[in-house]
Amino acid sequence: MSATGIGAAVRRKEDLRFITGKGRYTDDVIRPGETRAVFVRSPHAHASIRSIEVSEAKKMPGVIDVLTGKDLATDKIGNLICGWMIHSKDGSPMKMAPHPALAADRVCHVGDAVAVVIAETQAQGRDAAEKVKVEYQLLTAVVDPAKARSAPQIHEVAPKNTIYEWSLGNAKAVDAAFASAKHVTHLDIVNNRLIANAIEPRVAVAEYDAGTDQLTLWNTTQNPHVSRLVIAAFVGMAPEHKLRVIAPDVGGGFGSKIFIYPEEVVCLWAARKVAQPVKWTADRSESFITDAHGRDHVTHAELALDASGKFLAMRVKTIANLGAYMSTFSSSVPTYLYATLLSGQYDIPHIYCEVDAVYTNTVPVDAYRGAGRPEATFVVERLVEVAARQLGIDPADLRRRNFIKTFPHQTPVIMAYDAGDYNASLKKALEIADVKGFSKRKRDAARNGKLRGLGYSTYIEACGIAPSQAVGSLGCGVGLWESAEVRVNPTGSVEVLTGTHAHGQGHETTFAQLVSERLGIPFENVSVVHGDTDKVQFGMGTYGSRSGAVGMSAVANALDKIEAKAKKVAAHMLEAAEGDIVFKDGKFTVAGTDKSAAWGDVALNAYIAHKFAGQELEPGLKETSFYDPTNFTFPAGCHICEVEIDRDTGKTEIVGWTAVDDFGTVINPMIVEGQVHGGIAQGIGQALLEVAVYDKDGQLVTGSLMDYSMPHAHDLPSFKVGLTETKAPSNPLGIKGCGEAGAIASPAAVINAITDAIGTEDLAMPATAQAVWSALTRAQPRQVA
Amino acid sequence: MPAVSMTVNGKAVSGDVEARTLLVQFLRENLRLTGTHVGCDTSQCGACVVHIDGIAAKSCTTLALQCEGAKVTTIEGLAEPNGPLHPMQEAFREHHALQCGFCTPGMIMAALDIVRRRGNDLDEHTIREQLDGNICRCTGYHNIVKAIAAGAKTMAKGGARQAAE
Repeated sequence: MSATGIGAAVRRKEDLRFITGKGRYTDDVIRPGETRAVFVRSPHAHASIRSIEVSEAKKMPGVIDVLTGKDLATDKIGNLICGWMIHSKDGSPMKMAPHPALAADRVCHVGDAVAVVIAETQAQGRDAAEKVKVEYQLLTAVVDPAKARSAPQIHEVAPKNTIYEWSLGNAKAVDAAFASAKHVTHLDIVNNRLIANAIEPRVAVAEYDAGTDQLTLWNTTQNPHVSRLVIAAFVGMAPEHKLRVIAPDVGGGFGSKIFIYPEEVVCLWAARKVAQPVKWTADRSESFITDAHGRDHVTHAELALDASGKFLAMRVKTIANLGAYMSTFSSSVPTYLYATLLSGQYDIPHIYCEVDAVYTNTVPVDAYRGAGRPEATFVVERLVEVAARQLGIDPADLRRRNFIKTFPHQTPVIMAYDAGDYNASLKKALEIADVKGFSKRKRDAARNGKLRGLGYSTYIEACGIAPSQAVGSLGCGVGLWESAEVRVNPTGSVEVLTGTHAHGQGHETTFAQLVSERLGIPFENVSVVHGDTDKVQFGMGTYGSRSGAVGMSAVANALDKIEAKAKKVAAHMLEAAEGDIVFKDGKFTVAGTDKSAAWGDVALNAYIAHKFAGQELEPGLKETSFYDPTNFTFPAGCHICEVEIDRDTGKTEIVGWTAVDDFGTVINPMIVEGQVHGGIAQGIGQALLEVAVYDKDGQLVTGSLMDYSMPHAHDLPSFKVGLTETKAPSNPLGIKGCGEAGAIASPAAVINAITDAIGTEDLAMPATAQAVWSALTRAQPRQVA
Repeated sequence: MPAVSMTVNGKAVSGDVEARTLLVQFLRENLRLTGTHVGCDTSQCGACVVHIDGIAAKSCTTLALQCEGAKVTTIEGLAEPNGPLHPMQEAFREHHALQCGFCTPGMIMAALDIVRRRGNDLDEHTIREQLDGNICRCTGYHNIVKAIAAGAKTMAKGGARQAAE
């Protein structure tokens, strides 16, 4: 391992600009003559629009124009779409309702935009927005997914507010297995609705160049090319080659910046209409009522076991709330990103899952860190823990008895796990967490009047999203390969252009480490370019822990091609046969001789082309790759949470956290550990603090950071993080991915620990002090079979 | 519009602002010092923390006019142009205390205020409690806590300025 190659904890290239205030985020983009967009939003969750009066607003100081949904329709701006087709059990397609960027006839959630003011300054825009008069006729709203089907219909296309009724697995085989079971564990689970709250709010800056008929959008997006594709092909804003999307530094995404939102569409449309650049910057209150929310499942789950504790079958029924409209990838989250992971790390012969997705009068719900997999892991890991308690079996032992031990392993829910060693991560985690010493710690805590509990989560996820053919067969509207371009300059420095996008993950560092390792050149001589559709050939962006497994694999393939061509150039320079050239540590050598050429000389010769005939070998040294993975990757591991609870107040303190993960090849352990920390923090947030609360009329009660409880430093412990390694066999680098693991594993570990401490399973997330105290006061002694 | 004058990062600046203009707007829009960020509208996230006369303040909740005659330091003013980084900046990089970087300027400015108030020998509990006014969504705070403890220690050793004021 070199000091800057694969496996080195290299300090990040991107940090200098961020620690000195020189990052360039979308809101830092200031265009000459720029105007500000301020949206007029519905204060009601469900209403028809009787009239919108804009004349007074148009007369306000600094106002350039006021536009409504009618204007949008007149200009034939298309609707936003959901790009993953799900079919119901009966074969019917999902019921996708029209989603215009500005509502013209009816509003479906608080925050639905009905008009936009374009003004010289934001303050003027806000003043004018208050003068837009909208007359609404209120309609009955529904917010609870369990009640959606009996509520007044929100969209014409969706009777009973049902988007699809989907299933996966063999119901009959599952029923038969349950009939023969010695023990069945049942759980009712609510997976609480969350709000991503990346600290950078969403921003869009749009500019139209009438001379070239070119539109440019600077946007807080995780996937600029997909954004361009949807806005060109479906919204019909401009042809793809006349639209440039730039995602500069982006301040966190966690899924919420994958999607194509109304605001960027409106800014592009308005910029052309007013012939001036238009900027929209969300304030946090706006983020809460417009950024896609996450999770929001209501589930009944059952696990069947035989007398020895062997899992026989699992049956899961989930209602998923998709909110008021179908966001970009919303349909896939509670289906193919959820039910396919219900086998966990276990050999479960039969699994059947039904998912009903419904509309409600709430903000659209889509992928949030983990997307479906945290919900699946919570179901599986809670069932397993509760089953162990009910049967009086040690929870680690019950897991061990049921672990998948041979690979490849075909689960009953599509996925074919290709590599892993689940016992290795459990074993290492048991050691790091000193589980042997737990009973003493529990006794010590009891002497201090505290309840101490231990909870496991042995999770699995499917990452490296995803083989295009496979997802295509499941309804995905795009391929999920990734592209890379490696440009070697005549002086030997290298630019890597990737279709992935970094918004905290450190790709400028890790991608450069791969190049440094492979070409034997200094890390400083490599720069990584991403986030601009005019620079990068194409890309599918960053989500689903795919940038390493898929994005870097594309870079690796391009580097193979670079090496192959450079060897040809070197062969001409060294007057040797191409097959005799050996490339090692940045040097080309003729095998068995001391004749060699340095990397920089070969790069220069590739461009000056003096040593070879350009007709036989093209000058230049630049290669591209479109890498399509052959399988998902399957990161897995074991998280152990230890808590102490104050019996009098119900307050939970996390006193120990151990995470042992198998991410396959690790490029930069420092960055990987950081990803794990952040993921765990979001999972602890879900388990202890966070929930989006709507009142019955559809008002978001937790609509600010004063009301929505984000994890602060004093809410969290320090983490003990360890690694095990089995390489991913499906990609050339053996990478599995690490971005979502923490958020997937941790909620179940926390709730398993708390319920262990308080002796009852009757506890919903978030387990606030009040919720735990209430559970304690309700608790009946746990029954052991 | 009323005029306002102050010293920002050692330079005298002035401008005409609406009475309702926030300090963060004055910094970002008038002075183009875009290192100070806005992450919320209720004074919780701390991405906008700057120092006003040596004391940390949330520039999203401070009117520009309130800072008439004040000495304001932003993240851009911590290190001299082309000079060495402030030890706290170095500590954030060394300990991987940032990912997306958006909360980072406010975190560093808040960290320096913790050192000012609580000294250079900071334990984990103190740092976690004192960071109540700053939210990071990326790091889980683990490395931020380590960086602040380390940065504070280096500041004590190296004769570094407590802040740029």
